[in-house]
Amino acid sequence: MATEVLMPALSPTMEEGKLAKWLVSEGDEVQSGDVIAEIETDKATMEVEAVDEGKIAKILVAEGTEGVKVNTPIAVIAEEGEDVSAAAAPAAAPEPAASDAPAAPQAPATPAQPEAPVSVAATDPEIPAGAQTTPVTVREALRDAMAEEMRRDEDIFVMGEEVAEYQGAYKVTQGLLDEFGDRRVIDTPITEHGFCGVGVGAAFAGLKPIVEFMTWNFAMQAIDHIINSAAKTLYMSGGQMGCPIVFRGPNGAAARVAAQHSQCFSAWYAHVPGLKVIAPYTASDAKGLLKSAIRDPNPVIFLENEILYGQSFDLPDVDDWVLPIGKARIAREGSDVTIVSFSRGMAYCLDAADVLAGEGINAEVIDLRTLRPLDMATIIESVKKTNRIVTVEEAWPTCSVGSEICAAVTREAFDYLDAPPTQVSGADVPMPYAANLEILALPSAGQVADAARAVCYAK
Amino acid sequence: MSDERVGAARLQDIEQDGVAAEVANIVESAVQAPPVPEFTEEEERKAYRDMLLIRRFEEKAGQLYGMGFIGGFCHLYIGQEAVVTGMQMAIKEGDQVITTYRDHGHMLACGMDPKGVMAELTGRRGGYSKGKGGSMHMFSVEANFYGGHGIVGASAPLGTGLAFANKYRSNDHVCLTYFGDGSANQGQVYESFNMAKLWDLPVIYVIENNKYAMGTSIERASSTTDLSQRGSSFGIPGEQVDGMDVRAVKAAGDKVVKRARDGDGPYILEMLTYRYRGHSMSDPAKYRTKEEVQKMRTESDPIEQVRARMLEKGYAQEDELKDIDKEVRAIVNEAAEFSQSDPEPDTSELFTDVLKA
Repeated sequence: MATEVLMPALSPTMEEGKLAKWLVSEGDEVQSGDVIAEIETDKATMEVEAVDEGKIAKILVAEGTEGVKVNTPIAVIAEEGEDVSAAAAPAAAPEPAASDAPAAPQAPATPAQPEAPVSVAATDPEIPAGAQTTPVTVREALRDAMAEEMRRDEDIFVMGEEVAEYQGAYKVTQGLLDEFGDRRVIDTPITEHGFCGVGVGAAFAGLKPIVEFMTWNFAMQAIDHIINSAAKTLYMSGGQMGCPIVFRGPNGAAARVAAQHSQCFSAWYAHVPGLKVIAPYTASDAKGLLKSAIRDPNPVIFLENEILYGQSFDLPDVDDWVLPIGKARIAREGSDVTIVSFSRGMAYCLDAADVLAGEGINAEVIDLRTLRPLDMATIIESVKKTNRIVTVEEAWPTCSVGSEICAAVTREAFDYLDAPPTQVSGADVPMPYAANLEILALPSAGQVADAARAVCYAK
Repeated sequence: MSDERVGAARLQDIEQDGVAAEVANIVESAVQAPPVPEFTEEEERKAYRDMLLIRRFEEKAGQLYGMGFIGGFCHLYIGQEAVVTGMQMAIKEGDQVITTYRDHGHMLACGMDPKGVMAELTGRRGGYSKGKGGSMHMFSVEANFYGGHGIVGASAPLGTGLAFANKYRSNDHVCLTYFGDGSANQGQVYESFNMAKLWDLPVIYVIENNKYAMGTSIERASSTTDLSQRGSSFGIPGEQVDGMDVRAVKAAGDKVVKRARDGDGPYILEMLTYRYRGHSMSDPAKYRTKEEVQKMRTESDPIEQVRARMLEKGYAQEDELKDIDKEVRAIVNEAAEFSQSDPEPDTSELFTDVLKA
């Protein structure tokens, strides 16, 4: 059967070109892959190759012709032994209607937008009546979460800088090497981009790595694998290839370590579909959510805080303490103003709430715990009650978790607002070293209380 | 290993003398030095068919691109078929394969269905990624093909991680980790080399040196051009292989795969190969001469080499080869037809597969 050679598109945007030169004549035998013509666009000259073998039965567009539309037949190739004269009788004018050409797929003019799914989080488990609590540091809670999960599942391992023999740069992995050995607790060289990619590759193979970054500042070296390899692969593979991995480490400002070691990455990772992002405040949430993160089949970003590591919180004495990802926690109930925060920002909020209570302002304080998916339902419900909201975080104010919440509240609870949603955040500067400037660059309980008073129109 | 290092050592001396032409000769002689083991009739036949399937598939993909059925970037493998075909003949079921974005050949070599690959190129629901990945992002857990990665250099640590999993599980599988001469200058490649040797992981780094990283020749991009020796500061041995001769590829593959399986750690195979087409479909390839391309095609074509040997040795007659051609063409045509008739993904797929339940 004779086949038509069509004017090719060299790029998705090319519509027409010049047939600059024929390198074959009618009657010539061609093999698949032989260059038969040259075409020119405003950008380049390209070669046209034969895709079938046979004889050039007819050249339909003369060389030198300008403005040849893409998908116009430019020649006819006849199979071996085929009657060339019979094949060579197409329309004389090489100007086929568009409908003659094989139709390229067209996007529908106004595609109906499918509904984005809404995530509904489970609620926290009931604590059995009579259960005792024990004070535990955040550091111990994180370690215990890893150890308990590693006992449950042989596929879980920990890798990172100084996680094994040194017992953790911040001692979060203390004791894990002794219990699980160097096969499952692995010291890496200082090579974040590399070991992050190795972890993602191991997760592709079905293992469940916990990758510790000494701090999240250094994960900027590795962010390509977190986003491009870990977060996107499930989607890019049509759901085939999961990436069950936890990336964890201290995030945000520590103390006096200046700009390159004091940055909050909450908004960076909360921006990315394909990731879950957790930033706990209490030891109880740290333990319950890290266990959930390790069991989750998706890549999870776990943002800890160095200053919180040594702080103690009551942990319920419950076997297998697991908390739902995506559910905010009302840390303090109130009716006059909603204050929303996460991680160390919670400390400022709770202190401010105490001060405000003395002034007759009852603040409701919400600990987000998870930043993606964000529990907007709990926030909106609270705002409907208080009609006011202040967001609090140590991160920079632009395109932040706080600005996202303010936008969403304005959109979804506009009629309930009695004051503009207000952000309290870190100063919009790299973190300074000098002690007095560092204090000014971070939010404080005083700032939070001031913002709450302002939205309550109180002095 | 000492034999393989001779060429490289001499190369270093000569480079210091700055005699570029001689360097090229040495590389050639080093590559050609070990006698190439012959293929059996069965191996020749398999290599011929597998390489021809890749060639015809890619030609068809180029045609469909030209017709507007394939969008975006489309990097064709034409000319490099012997590399992936020979390496695949050296591994066993369960060994992993990962590469960057010039990946169609790897998928076909891994035994993935040409219909599913072509339908992914056209963005249809029957594609391997349901049309959501495209040319550069395809995977098949079933075929142990781990992508298909669009970021230059990313396959190196990911493949090292797959090999890490093999060692963690104490199985005897190896991971073939492919990347190009362009990737070979990425930092993450060396971070991977370091960990692979430190932990003696069963990974083979297959560097497909097709001499041009997009439009920049290796000489213009690399301070040293013998990429097989790029692991030397980590203690990873390597060698250059004639990547246009499928027998040489398989022989090198056999040797180093066994080595990695036995627990002797990583190895670098630099495949000296050539792509006939531009970097992607929209590349007019002005950075090299037509004569250079033509010379490679006429003198070194991997498929023609097998074809000539089969005829010469009487493994097949012209007619039989024609039958193989026909069979391959039918497979490719069926894939092309499917890729055009299969519907686009349902719009509800926009929001699926973002997170696993």
